[in-house]
Amino acid sequence: MTMDRQTRDHSPHPVDAEPLLQIKHLSVDFRLPTSVVHAVQDVSLAVHAGETLAVVGESGSGKSATALSVLGLNPTPPCVYTGGEILFDGHDLLKLSEKELGRIRGRDIAMVFQDPMTSLDPLQHVGAQVAEVLGHHTGMSRAEAREAALAALDEVGIPDPAQRYRQYPHELSGGLRQRVMIATALVGRPRVLIADEPTTALDVTVQRQILDLLVTLQHKHDMAVVLITHDLAVVAETADRVAVMNKGEVVESGDVLDVFDRPADDYTRRLLAVTPRLEAA
Amino acid sequence: MSPETRTPATAGRPLLELSGLRKEFGGRNVNVAVDDVSLEVREGETLALVGESGCGKTTLTRLLLRLLEPTAGSVRFDGRDLATVSAAELRAVRRQMQVVLQDPYSSMNPRMRITDIVAEPLITHDPAVRGRRGRARARERVGELLEAVGLNAGIQDRYPHEFSGGQRQRVSIARALALRPRLLVLDEPTSALDVSVQATVLELLADLQTRLGLTYVFVSHNLAVVRQVADRVAVMRRGRLVEVGEAAQVFHTPQHPYTRQLLDAVPVLDPRRGRRAAERAPRTSGESR
Repeated sequence: MTMDRQTRDHSPHPVDAEPLLQIKHLSVDFRLPTSVVHAVQDVSLAVHAGETLAVVGESGSGKSATALSVLGLNPTPPCVYTGGEILFDGHDLLKLSEKELGRIRGRDIAMVFQDPMTSLDPLQHVGAQVAEVLGHHTGMSRAEAREAALAALDEVGIPDPAQRYRQYPHELSGGLRQRVMIATALVGRPRVLIADEPTTALDVTVQRQILDLLVTLQHKHDMAVVLITHDLAVVAETADRVAVMNKGEVVESGDVLDVFDRPADDYTRRLLAVTPRLEAA
Repeated sequence: MSPETRTPATAGRPLLELSGLRKEFGGRNVNVAVDDVSLEVREGETLALVGESGCGKTTLTRLLLRLLEPTAGSVRFDGRDLATVSAAELRAVRRQMQVVLQDPYSSMNPRMRITDIVAEPLITHDPAVRGRRGRARARERVGELLEAVGLNAGIQDRYPHEFSGGQRQRVSIARALALRPRLLVLDEPTSALDVSVQATVLELLADLQTRLGLTYVFVSHNLAVVRQVADRVAVMRRGRLVEVGEAAQVFHTPQHPYTRQLLDAVPVLDPRRGRRAAERAPRTSGESR
C-alpha cells in the first residue's frame, strides 16, 4: 500500500482497502501534424468502491483526456499513451486489446457524457438502447433484457417507463435524456462509473435532480464514481475526494474538506477565489 | 415583488420600459413565448434576467432590441415607443442598444479580420468611416475600442481563430461599444468561458459600466454570476416574470416559490453546507485534529 494522501481520508471504506481503479503516472500525448500536445502528464489517481472522486479543471486541463484513457476512448491517432498504467482488477487497461476492453466497457466500467443528444442513437427507441448494453454483455434473452431495461429506466426515475421505452431521444427533455444515459450506464451494474460533465448541459433544477440521482444510485450499488467537472460547487456537493488538474497535471489532490479548507496549490486557490458564489457578493 | 423597489444610490430614470409585452409563435398551435411582460430598466443599472432554458428570456431580449415584433404590448426606449418611431429614429435608437452574445466563436465571421469585425457597426451607421478615405479613421477608432476592452490595438489585422475564447469575447464587447451605446444586452456573455476567464470578463464589464455609464440587461441562467453582477433581478418562467426585485431582496427573501426552487438548486461551494453536509459531519468531527 502506498503512503499517499488519498489513503488517510474520511472515505467510508477501510483505510487499507485496495483502490478499485488506479491510474499511475499516466501520460498522454496528442500528436498533431505540426505539434505535440502533452495533454496528460504523469497523472496518478485512485478511486475506491463507494467513493466519488472529482477531477476538476478548466478547458484543456487534461481532465477529459484522463477519463477517456480509462476505457481507451481517446481517438488514436492522434492520441498516444506514452507512459503509466491504469489498473483495474489486476489488469493494466492500457495493455488490453480492443476486444478485451470491449468486455469491460459498460459492464465493469461505464461512462456518462455531457450531451445525451449526441451519445444516444436518434433512430432507436431509448429502451432498446438500454437493453442493447445487456445484449453485449450477458446471455440474457430479449425478453429478460427488456425487463431489466424497464427496471433500469424506473430506477433512474423516468416516469411511466413502459411508455417511455418506445420513445425516441428527441421526444424526451434534456433531463430525461440524461436519465436514459445514466440507465444505459448502470444497467450493466458497473463497479466504476465515469461521468464526464454529466450536468453541464442541464438547467440548474435538473442538474440538482441528476446529481441527487447519481449519489443515490452510487450508495445503493456501492459504485466508485469518477466525476469530471469544471465546477467546484458541483465538487463540493458530490465528491469525497478531489483532484485539481491544470495544464495536464494534477496540481493537488485530497479529501474534499481538506482541499476546500486548506488549498495547498496556488491554482486551486485561484479557482476557488474566482468561482462565483450565491452567498455574500 | 414590487418592481418599484429602488436602490437609493442608483435610482436612475427608466431607460427602457416594457409594457404588456406578448409574443406568440406558430400558427395553429400557438406557443406563447413571452406573456404579458412589463419591466423597467433604469439608466446605469444592471438588470439580470434569469430563468431556465425555454423560459422566453432570449425572445424577450429580441423583442426589446426590436429584432422581433411583439404580438402585443410596447417597448419604450428613452421615452420613445419603438413601434411608432420613424425608420430614421429607429436607426438612431438601434445605435444606442447593442448586444453581446454567448458564443464568441459563432458570433463573428472567421474570415474577417478583427479590425473589420469591430468596425462593421461603424461602417453601417457612420458614412465618415466608409471607403478608402474613412479607413484610417476606422482603424483609429477600432484601436481605441480594443484598448478599452484590454486588448492590444496592434491585433487589428489578425483573425478570430488566433484568439482564445475570453479574448474573442472582448472583441465582441469592443464591437458592441463601437457606436457608443447606452444599453448593452449581454446574453449569457460568460457561459461559454472558463471560470477564471469569466472572472476577468465580468471585471471588464463592471469597469466599462462605471467608466461609460452603461445600462446592462444581463441574461443568465447562472444565479451565482447574477448574484455578483446584478442590481435588480427579474425571474422568468414559462414566458412570464414571476418576480422582479432588488438583487439582495430576491436572493435573501425570494417571494415566489419558483425563485426559491431555483436558488435551492444551485450547488453550494462549500462541502460542509451542500447536500452531503450531513454525511460529512460525523466523519469530520472524528477526524479533526
